[in-house]
Amino acid sequence: MNHTKVKKLCAPKAIAPKPALRRFHQARWDEPIIFELSSPGQRGVLPPEPEEAIVRAAGDVFDNLPASLKRKSPPALPEMSQIHVLRHYLRLSQETLGVDLNIDVGQGTCTMKYSPKVNDQLVRSPRMRELHPLQPLSTVQGILEVMYRFQEMLKEISGMDYVTLQPQAGSQAIFTNIIMIRAYHEARGEGSKRTEVITSSFSHPSNAAAAKVAGYRVMTLPPDEDGYPDFDALKAAVSERTAALLITNPEDTGIFNPRIKEFTDLVHAAGGLCALDQANANGLLGIVRAREMGFDACHFNLHKTFSTPHGCGGPGAAACCVTKELAPFLPVPTIEFDGTSYYLDFNRPQSIGKIHPWYGVAQNILRAYAWIMSLGADGLREVAEIAVLNNNYLLHKVLEIRGVSAPYARGKRRIEQVRYSWEKLAEETGVHSEEIGFRAADFGTHYWTSHHPFVVPEPMTLEPTESYSREDLDEYVAILKYIAHEAYTNPEVIHSAPHNSTIHRIDQESFDDPEAWAITWRAYKRKLKRNDHDE
Amino acid sequence: MSQKKIVYPYIPNSVPATKEAMLRAVKARSIEEFYEDVPESIRLKDKMNLPEPLLSEAALVRHVEELLSRNKSTREMLSFLGAGCAPHYVPAVCDEINSRSEFLTAYAGEPYEDHGRWQALFEYESMMGELLNMDVVNVPVYNGFQATATALRMAGRITCRDTVLLPSTVNPDKLSMVRGYLKPDMKVELVSFNPATGLMDLNALRNQINEQTAAIYIENPSYLGFLESQAEVIGQIAHENGALFVVYVDPISLGVISPPADYGADIACGDIQSLGIHMNYGGGHGGFIATRDEEKFVMEFPSRLFGVAPTCVEGEYGFGDVAFERTSFARREEGKEWVGTAAALWCITAGVYLALMGPRGMVEIGQGIMQRVRYAIKKLNQVSGVKTLFPTTPHFKEFVVNFDETGKTVKEINQALLERGIFGGKDLSAEFPSLGQSALFCVTEIHTQADIDRLVNAIQEVVK
Repeated sequence: MNHTKVKKLCAPKAIAPKPALRRFHQARWDEPIIFELSSPGQRGVLPPEPEEAIVRAAGDVFDNLPASLKRKSPPALPEMSQIHVLRHYLRLSQETLGVDLNIDVGQGTCTMKYSPKVNDQLVRSPRMRELHPLQPLSTVQGILEVMYRFQEMLKEISGMDYVTLQPQAGSQAIFTNIIMIRAYHEARGEGSKRTEVITSSFSHPSNAAAAKVAGYRVMTLPPDEDGYPDFDALKAAVSERTAALLITNPEDTGIFNPRIKEFTDLVHAAGGLCALDQANANGLLGIVRAREMGFDACHFNLHKTFSTPHGCGGPGAAACCVTKELAPFLPVPTIEFDGTSYYLDFNRPQSIGKIHPWYGVAQNILRAYAWIMSLGADGLREVAEIAVLNNNYLLHKVLEIRGVSAPYARGKRRIEQVRYSWEKLAEETGVHSEEIGFRAADFGTHYWTSHHPFVVPEPMTLEPTESYSREDLDEYVAILKYIAHEAYTNPEVIHSAPHNSTIHRIDQESFDDPEAWAITWRAYKRKLKRNDHDE
Repeated sequence: MSQKKIVYPYIPNSVPATKEAMLRAVKARSIEEFYEDVPESIRLKDKMNLPEPLLSEAALVRHVEELLSRNKSTREMLSFLGAGCAPHYVPAVCDEINSRSEFLTAYAGEPYEDHGRWQALFEYESMMGELLNMDVVNVPVYNGFQATATALRMAGRITCRDTVLLPSTVNPDKLSMVRGYLKPDMKVELVSFNPATGLMDLNALRNQINEQTAAIYIENPSYLGFLESQAEVIGQIAHENGALFVVYVDPISLGVISPPADYGADIACGDIQSLGIHMNYGGGHGGFIATRDEEKFVMEFPSRLFGVAPTCVEGEYGFGDVAFERTSFARREEGKEWVGTAAALWCITAGVYLALMGPRGMVEIGQGIMQRVRYAIKKLNQVSGVKTLFPTTPHFKEFVVNFDETGKTVKEINQALLERGIFGGKDLSAEFPSLGQSALFCVTEIHTQADIDRLVNAIQEVVK
């Protein structure tokens, strides 16, 4: 085709600039449930067949199996060719945002930072992922060295004396810390006397929940007028029954508690121990450590502070760091170095025993190690400082939006995140925080309220970490501002949101109704589909 | 010495001019101002003592690859190690999907921006439901140990009883974790096994069960590899005594072995590592728990349970949390145990695996593994001084090999095998002294006849 001959219909025109807000639309493949894609006879992969000699020698492998153990009919899994399985899941992945595609500052407390791709590549090495945890130590010196070196780094970052990398995520690390503390009190003959654990209402729910599982009565400190955990309430709660204080600093409000040392001193004076949940450690790397705040134990979430990917909710990884007083109770094995080689120490008679089947989520420990190695001490401090700068910048910008506030500690700077409130907006417009989240999905962003109970009314928790640029933060603020404006001018568009998402508003009714809830497709077919759609 | 200001690739606002502009925007003199609430007395005075950074990606890769080069993987060695973490073939599509940036980097997203995540997790629950013949399957817990511990705590809450009976063939590491998790609310008692068959001693079981027994727990296959062929009777004993029957299974066996629900289990649990997940030096685990669809069971799950529901548009599937009020997310210490980050990416992967395998694939892989195991057992028993234990009991993918009559210890044999490029079975001599010098070997679909013959020949050489 000869382009020169095409007649110009209109004058050449520059492309107009982008509008202020992105004209986003989430992928909408209208994808069926995978069972509906089944086509009888199709295969996705073929398992390797055993050789003829094996088949012959084995004979009927079911001949000594009682009838009750022999499966009667094959499981009713979908039958699909490979490309159809791939396509289905690719479509579902496109219908998922993930950090890489969005300005994920709306999932506050989760530290949604960038997970470097190079670290993902490194863990795909067969010398990482094809390692069996029981291999002779001489064949796993590389990964053990990584784990050992990472422990050493965490000692320095936390100020603590010993580290275990076994917990598979933060909540399990909280539990590990509390049962080490339980073992500590038992070893001193105070196990039955110390029956209470103190936590605070702005600490992650797992602090309270894990303490309960460990057998403790849980006492929760409310926030005082300034949003700090109430020191007078702590004074009233602490006694000779106190086993531990489990607390976060900064808490989910983002306010650093400057009296933290008084908290830990008070608990110590009563014979209790203190464990710091460092879910919000990101803004404090290199600034202040658990040790100097007076804690006996702390934990880090590697999928938060140390950049390992969140995987739709795991596998994460976590580390517990403790003082030498708690070290005898660490889970077995510990990872040690004798000057020549790395080894696993199982001979720890006071240990709480096993937490993980093996040694932790090794591939994420490798990722976290690589992340620290790429930054060093100065880099980690830069992480903290920029995360805090971003947070205060975002705070400043968000507070310019109509209807939003940052309760507590007025005029104070915040550390890693802020728990905001849309209370005023809700009162004035009838639009609730949760609905703002539904509408935010229309602009390609994620938004979260807070854990329950909502101590802050109509909450929104933003945590910008170090990973987002000023422009990213401006864009997020512009979206919130636009939605707030809609709330005042056209609330119906929010009440009926989302509009540009994969799906529309879900009918929540069945989720709390045992007659109607459907946790598997087979349950759905049995309970609902049968009645409504079958001929 | 003047220091070069580094702009970090992972930190966009580390550009000095941007930093300055942002400080001005928030009317701060310096970043120090943001830390004014951190008292001087607890501040870290010095720079952290950490290794010098490897600022370029190239240098970082070089460093990590050098470290990893000190490992030898099961790709380079012939491995028969299992004991709860097994080398199964991982189809390429499993890795393709779990490497997708969207799934890899999403977190606790809501249904409206992460719909795909919710559907993938619901489909995992649903495919596991077919495999297990149960209507309720959780979004996974950390691993099979945790699944066991939580299933037992659930049984305690459902029955309002406080003792659980476990076979004494249970993995001692698992037992350690379970005891730590159940303490102080529940007691764990072990039921002895028949040394000839490995099976649970039913007389002992009948003597031990009482009105405080919340559950009898068995493993099928057991830690020692055999199948508990009395499972149905054990379930009846549990039910006759008002206890629940909890069964731990290896899901990859369920194409050919009955799902526990079919022989009376009230709660099934296990680990999904065998379903398309690399071993990762033990980092590839996820735990499942499954029950019937009864309110009294569902309400005792600590995990999230994703359900399907209509949206306001015809023909659209929506997903959400079923009975969210049970969870610690909703009610803190008043919820059931706790819920948090666990192993979602692995359950998406296991879902992909089950969809790829389909019904026929699961039958073929189960049967093929059992054939290889039988072959290996037969061949090993032909080696003088070597015998496999529990010979009349059916096995799935693992079996115990005893070396007592060779006069050699497992340690010696494994060292000699290592020199021949083979990882022998897990040494059981410390964990189960009554089994003498025995090792637990694992054979899966990845092992060829040549691999097994090589092992047998090497052992023959070594024990001579």
